Amino acid sequence: MLTLTPLEAEALNLSLRVALWSVATSLPVGLLIAWLLARRDFIGKTALNALVHLPLVLPPVVVGYLLLVLLGREGPLGRLLFSLFGITLPFTWQGAALAAAVMAFPLMVRAMRLSLEAVDRRLEAAARTLGARPIMVFATITLPLMAPGIVVGAVLAFARGLGEFGATITFAANIPGETRTLPIALYTLIQSPGGEAAALRLTVISVVLSLAALVASEVMARRLRARMDG
Amino acid sequence: MLEIAVGKHLGKFTIDANITCETTGIVALFGRSGAGKTSIVNMLAGLLRPDHGRITVNGTTLFDSSQGIDLPPERRRLGYVFQEDRLFPHMTVRANLHYGLRRVPPGERTIQADQVVALLGLEGCLERRPHHLSGGEKQRVALGRALLANPRLLLMDEPLASLDQPRKDEVLPFIERLRDEMAIPIVYVSHSMPEIVRLADTMVLISDGRVEAVGTVDDLTSRLDLRPLTGRYEAGAVIEARVAGHDRDFGLTELAFAGGRLRAPHVNLPVGTRLRLRIRARDVALALEAPQRSSILNAIPATVRDIGTEEGPQVDLRLDAGGATFWARITRRSLIDLGLQPGTAVTALIKAVAIDRYSLGRSAGPGRFLGDDN
Repeated sequence: MLTLTPLEAEALNLSLRVALWSVATSLPVGLLIAWLLARRDFIGKTALNALVHLPLVLPPVVVGYLLLVLLGREGPLGRLLFSLFGITLPFTWQGAALAAAVMAFPLMVRAMRLSLEAVDRRLEAAARTLGARPIMVFATITLPLMAPGIVVGAVLAFARGLGEFGATITFAANIPGETRTLPIALYTLIQSPGGEAAALRLTVISVVLSLAALVASEVMARRLRARMDG
Repeated sequence: MLEIAVGKHLGKFTIDANITCETTGIVALFGRSGAGKTSIVNMLAGLLRPDHGRITVNGTTLFDSSQGIDLPPERRRLGYVFQEDRLFPHMTVRANLHYGLRRVPPGERTIQADQVVALLGLEGCLERRPHHLSGGEKQRVALGRALLANPRLLLMDEPLASLDQPRKDEVLPFIERLRDEMAIPIVYVSHSMPEIVRLADTMVLISDGRVEAVGTVDDLTSRLDLRPLTGRYEAGAVIEARVAGHDRDFGLTELAFAGGRLRAPHVNLPVGTRLRLRIRARDVALALEAPQRSSILNAIPATVRDIGTEEGPQVDLRLDAGGATFWARITRRSLIDLGLQPGTAVTALIKAVAIDRYSLGRSAGPGRFLGDDN
């Protein structure tokens, strides 16, 4: 009863891998975008802000379809990626990770941007007068001070990635062992006759996983904050 | 040598500052709130970019718009103590202190951590985080952190302004020790005359974004034309003096200055210690003859030099006593009644208690004392 069936283990494994990779690869990009939005003024800032937030308001299927159009074998970016690096994204688990990353991106950027805006810039100025170059100031002052926001952003994105369905199934399809993540496996079970019991087990796994992620984020953020005040 | 000639527009406010002075001891930038003192210091530190001008410190050009020189703050090597402590909350006191020191090439570290920790009395809190320090301790750590960056010049922007009086009294002696024991010139921003009198040698008067005067603290505080800037309440003179003796029975200290001797509430300093006094104009009364029996301990023979031309019921007189200048504020009516004019010999009556204990700072430079009885 408590052991996972091979099918469940496969879906769980895949989900974790997809979500972890999506967070790991989008984190640096998210940090850069958050920094641009919080600290820089440039032409097109409003447009960039809107673009980042687009996945929050668009139907996920639309996002998945746009990715397919852009990154498919015949898409402008997809053709480039394939001819330069031999990379194919649609219908692969890497593609699923990308879809999850795009969908979770607004949440991640938002959390990081808020924490960056809360960093006292007077501390950064003080660090400069003490001889630290801007890049060192960022590494030794800004980054540690916004760490709780980075953790929260990463965990939110991870949880969002675990549950991603619409964009993933559109862009990466439903391939067992490749792109059939927990929600997609669940959907497949619900669609097939007599799959209710198995679907219920997957539901429980999903709930446990998401709760664990949220608790972990809360604990980590609290610890970081305690370190700051302690 | 510190040379600043900068201009900057900040909205409707314009800064047009020209300062040239020696960088020995403490140079004080004095002016009311909003006069532009902090902006000038920020331009010096590289945190605010002047529209045009030139800044050099001891021959090193930090900024020169005509040559396109604008060193970033981290390459200016100026320590900065801010009004708020600005300690890094995620680091221990030790890590805060070492932040600047770490970035100084080992060969150039003339100021070492142990020395600064001892000087500022920080031994007990090295492993604590800023969050757990008192206001005075925080500001002392900030002082140490700036000092350990081995700067060529230390900037202090109202470092005591955010502290209450007991904390001020706690931190001030440390700034004095820093001045006396470290060979680092200090630019000290303040709107508090007692602080400046106690600490500074040179004073730069700033008003409305412009430099009104540069000179020694003694000179500027006794100039009639600068009175609108130093403020009527603040009106008074700074006098160099020396501890001449103690009267322990009555808890008094006798102080010798160019014009004679003054008695003040007991100060715990050895005989011979040089110090500065601030005598406020409103605490000096005048008599044509020395009163025979009076509760006032200090009766100093003096001559009237100038009479202020201010409107109003009160008038300020500049007095000369053996070369020392000070002020008396009397009513216009007394002025007429006594028939006082420039050259009139008078007796200045100074209440012993009127000598501000807070201003009994140590004199910065030896050899400036004008005493005639040593």
